[in-house]
Amino acid sequence: MIIYFKNALTRKNLMALTGLFLSFFLIIHLLGNLQLLLPEEQAQLQYNAYSHFLSGNIVIKLVSYVLYACILLHTLDAIYLGIKSKRANGQKLSRDRRSRASTWQSRNMMFLGIIIFLFLVIHFKDFWYQYKFGELPKDANDNKDLYTLVVNAFDSIWYVILYSISFLALGFHLVHGVASAHRSLGLYHPFYSKLVRIVGYIFSISITLGYLIIPIFIYLKH
Amino acid sequence: MKIYLKIWRQKDNLSKGSFKDYTVEDVNKDMSFLEMLDTLNLKLVKQGERPVEFDHDCREGICGQCGVMINGIAHGPLKNTTTCQLHMRSFKDGDTIYIEPFKAEAFPIVRDLKVDRSSLDRIITSGGFVSVDTGQAPEANSIPITYEEAEAAFDAAACIGCGACVASCKNSSAALFTGAKITHLELLPQGQKETHKRVAEMVEQMEKEGFGHCSNTEACQVECPENISVLNIARMNFEYNKSKLLVKK
Repeated sequence: MIIYFKNALTRKNLMALTGLFLSFFLIIHLLGNLQLLLPEEQAQLQYNAYSHFLSGNIVIKLVSYVLYACILLHTLDAIYLGIKSKRANGQKLSRDRRSRASTWQSRNMMFLGIIIFLFLVIHFKDFWYQYKFGELPKDANDNKDLYTLVVNAFDSIWYVILYSISFLALGFHLVHGVASAHRSLGLYHPFYSKLVRIVGYIFSISITLGYLIIPIFIYLKH
Repeated sequence: MKIYLKIWRQKDNLSKGSFKDYTVEDVNKDMSFLEMLDTLNLKLVKQGERPVEFDHDCREGICGQCGVMINGIAHGPLKNTTTCQLHMRSFKDGDTIYIEPFKAEAFPIVRDLKVDRSSLDRIITSGGFVSVDTGQAPEANSIPITYEEAEAAFDAAACIGCGACVASCKNSSAALFTGAKITHLELLPQGQKETHKRVAEMVEQMEKEGFGHCSNTEACQVECPENISVLNIARMNFEYNKSKLLVKK
């Protein structure tokens, strides 16, 4: 276990594993939230029932603890590696054009990660905290009415813009992250490496578009 | 051609460095970049000034000694080239060129453009070898190896250790260098026997030298004079994980 705190390779493994778990979570979270796009009355009852089911299920509860742990470990690892990188760089170049050799997102994972982290703070505060600890009105089935909370939040254009920017940041983070994670874990076969990159692109674009649709659709419809 | 130079001058590792302006006239476009610096140094010596110090050796692109940041890029504007194989035809008359040493914590500046890259040598000595009893050369056909494997090993072995990968990396990581050395020996029957020990020790040494982590930006391969594949890094990660997780101690 100690080895996991020892060097950059193992820290990158941890980064990759937590990142891939979070990527997998994004699929499930998106599929669940697409219910928000159903016709209003059906969406309200179904979405609230779904939320109620998730909050009551012991397995989901355990998985959610893994999820929180992944978010924290991924963030702490990024801070650790960021400091390490700064130390390794030493003196700054006076004229730096090294960026011509790599993609923008690969050099700015930390910046994109910070946007995503700030988004998560707001996202947790407005929905997760409200649902878990806040006083929410009940719907016809006596479930907490998360649906109305969500729909009302997206009435504000600023809220929609905030979400859209965060999803774009997430998209760019994934474009580099998914492929990079596989490399860090040791996928060195040229064919599968290329395949992972292509699938990673498709995955990132689908996730970004999927999440983008929700706030924009709700804003336009209401 | 007339070339304006801004060259990093630094007396030693402890002093503070800064750019100094120089002008070189009568530059021939077919001169190599190092020959242009020679011309400048000749002028400086004649004037009684201290010449600009830079590393160089073979001047035919195979030794890995020369290496400076030219206009903010390791080995200059061309991709996959060494500084000595960069010619002045890549620049225009009247250009201003910034020349700086490779900058990384693991590469302390010795003087001017010269850096100490012995941290790379120490990674090699920590495990980049094959422990065999020396004696007479064995019969070549007694060690079977396919053509493809030999070629792949050679592709990795082509690394000349110039350090451009470290200088081009936003984290100053030596992962491409170390990965290439590990893959090179891992692909050969003589080297395979010691892979696990080698990987563990070389990775540990890389860490000790203060290099950064690899974030897979792949800039290193673009600037590498030998176009060493970044997949060597993934292979190092694989071998490292395998040696830590699957091999019985």
